[in-house]
Amino acid sequence: MTDSRQLYQEMILEHNKKPRNWGLLADATHKAEGVNPLCGDHIHLSLRLAGDTVEAVGFEGEACAICKASASMMTAIVKGKTRADAEQMVQEFRDMTTGKLDPAGPHHLGRLTVFAGVRDLPTRVKCAILPWHTLHAAFAGTDTASTE
Amino acid sequence: MSARSQRATSLEAVLDTARLRRDFPILDLKVNGKPLIFMDNAASSQMPRQVMERWVKYRSEQHANIHRAVHYLSETATAEYEAARRKVQVFLNAPEDREIVFTSGTTDGINLVAHGYGRRFFGPGDEIILTTLEHHSNIVPWQMVAAEKGATLRVVPVNDRGELLVDEYRKLFNAHTKFVAMTHVSNALGTIAPVKEMIAIAHEHGVPVLVDGAQAVPHLKVDVRELDCDFYVFSGHKLCGPTGIGALYGKAALLEKMQPFKGGGDMILSVTFEKTTYAPIPAKFEAGTPPIGEAITLGAAIDYLSAIGLERIAAYETDLLDYATDQLHRMPGVRLIGTAEKKAAVLSFALDGVHPHDVGSLLNDDGVAIRTGHHCAQPVMQRFKVPATSRASFAFYNTMAEVDALVASLGRVQKLFA
Ligand SMILES: Cc1ncc(COP(=O)(O)O)c(C=O)c1O
Repeated sequence: MTDSRQLYQEMILEHNKKPRNWGLLADATHKAEGVNPLCGDHIHLSLRLAGDTVEAVGFEGEACAICKASASMMTAIVKGKTRADAEQMVQEFRDMTTGKLDPAGPHHLGRLTVFAGVRDLPTRVKCAILPWHTLHAAFAGTDTASTE
Repeated sequence: MSARSQRATSLEAVLDTARLRRDFPILDLKVNGKPLIFMDNAASSQMPRQVMERWVKYRSEQHANIHRAVHYLSETATAEYEAARRKVQVFLNAPEDREIVFTSGTTDGINLVAHGYGRRFFGPGDEIILTTLEHHSNIVPWQMVAAEKGATLRVVPVNDRGELLVDEYRKLFNAHTKFVAMTHVSNALGTIAPVKEMIAIAHEHGVPVLVDGAQAVPHLKVDVRELDCDFYVFSGHKLCGPTGIGALYGKAALLEKMQPFKGGGDMILSVTFEKTTYAPIPAKFEAGTPPIGEAITLGAAIDYLSAIGLERIAAYETDLLDYATDQLHRMPGVRLIGTAEKKAAVLSFALDGVHPHDVGSLLNDDGVAIRTGHHCAQPVMQRFKVPATSRASFAFYNTMAEVDALVASLGRVQKLFA
């Protein structure tokens, strides 16, 4: 098992403390709720799509630093992207955190590679992925996402 | 001498932990290069070598199926299994050994009573009293029977310290009250419930009481006769014993009135396709081949703890808990959750601005094992308006030095998140 302290890098701690896009949208077109029963992470995500583009996104919830920072950075990166691009990032993020995608290889995740380390921390993978599952659920209109 | 070392000396006088720790091979483990500091004993505690050796002896010299054959090994295994039952009887001070039923654990014991008693005796409009402090395993089985029978659950509230409100409990009784199921010690908060008083109140109304002793038996001397409880359940694995084994104590008169929980071999007197006559208690509730070696090994765990003495364990752990409580109280940004006057071995807390899951991961880097989450007690979390807590839970093999290490590790977490 790797030291989890390596995961708690400046960027993650900073996003945890000052999450971007905090707060739900009043005029959301898509919403979903995500829960991670094991650790008690619970987030709400709202999106406003204009055509196919994510025009605005907001989230709220009770979550650990890994989950909250992942949600914060996710909202920042998907804003302005098309739904297809965002869905591709969902896939890439899942692959990276489960060891199927090499963070050094080609991908669209940018600085989200700070989360690559969770692949060696099985108990934390779900925390990092939860916001992405939730984003996927919001697009799909399924309301709730669970890591179970 | 500093207050700290004075205290340490007096603690060592209560219990020679340095010597006892040598009985536990797992305590020599290194985690992330640091000595393991195991403070998740409420979830499951560790096993001393003497208890492991009992398993090896059973497997090497005594194993066969019980109650079935006349050969040497079957007779030996049967005798040892029944001897283990008597150990549980003595441990709980139960009047008779037939009042001890081996189960697979606390959850199984509660389900046995919910099924065997509840499904036979509950009906529409009946009420079952539980408390806010219950573990899910002492909620869900009752909810299932209640749904089936049209009964309802009533819940005893707690104050802000996590103590049950006995006056409110008293008011819950009425002509429909059929049963009380309550924990002896809260796994989430450590509160020791005033079970004896609450049982007496239930009995004034002619209502039987089941006590969930999962968190009590490792830390307190339990005497079911003194408590006068009708049922008492616990798990072996929280008692330095194996998983897959536990016991139910039930008053003989009640066990006899109950329907069996599972059907099968060993629980019958005679079977024809028309009719089965059940065996007398406790066999009526022990269908199929039981976990024989686990029961015998549980007997050895009881011997081990009894040799130390539950009173001494309780005295030592109370001092250790007081020390840990003081230390955490002094840390700014730490909120203790569960501050009952009477507590056992559990310290639940919240760190300002740090989610418990992060606390757990970061403590693990320092070799400190605690539990984070809702502790299978979501109603407690709701009552204290937290999604989860961090919980350090002690056993007699924990030391003040380990508490200091916990505090230092928490300090590092706070610094990281500052
Ligand atoms: C108070 C309490 N009741 C019941 C249980 C369930 O015990 P088991 O999982 O061994 O059946 C536990 C253990 O987690 C507990 O702490």
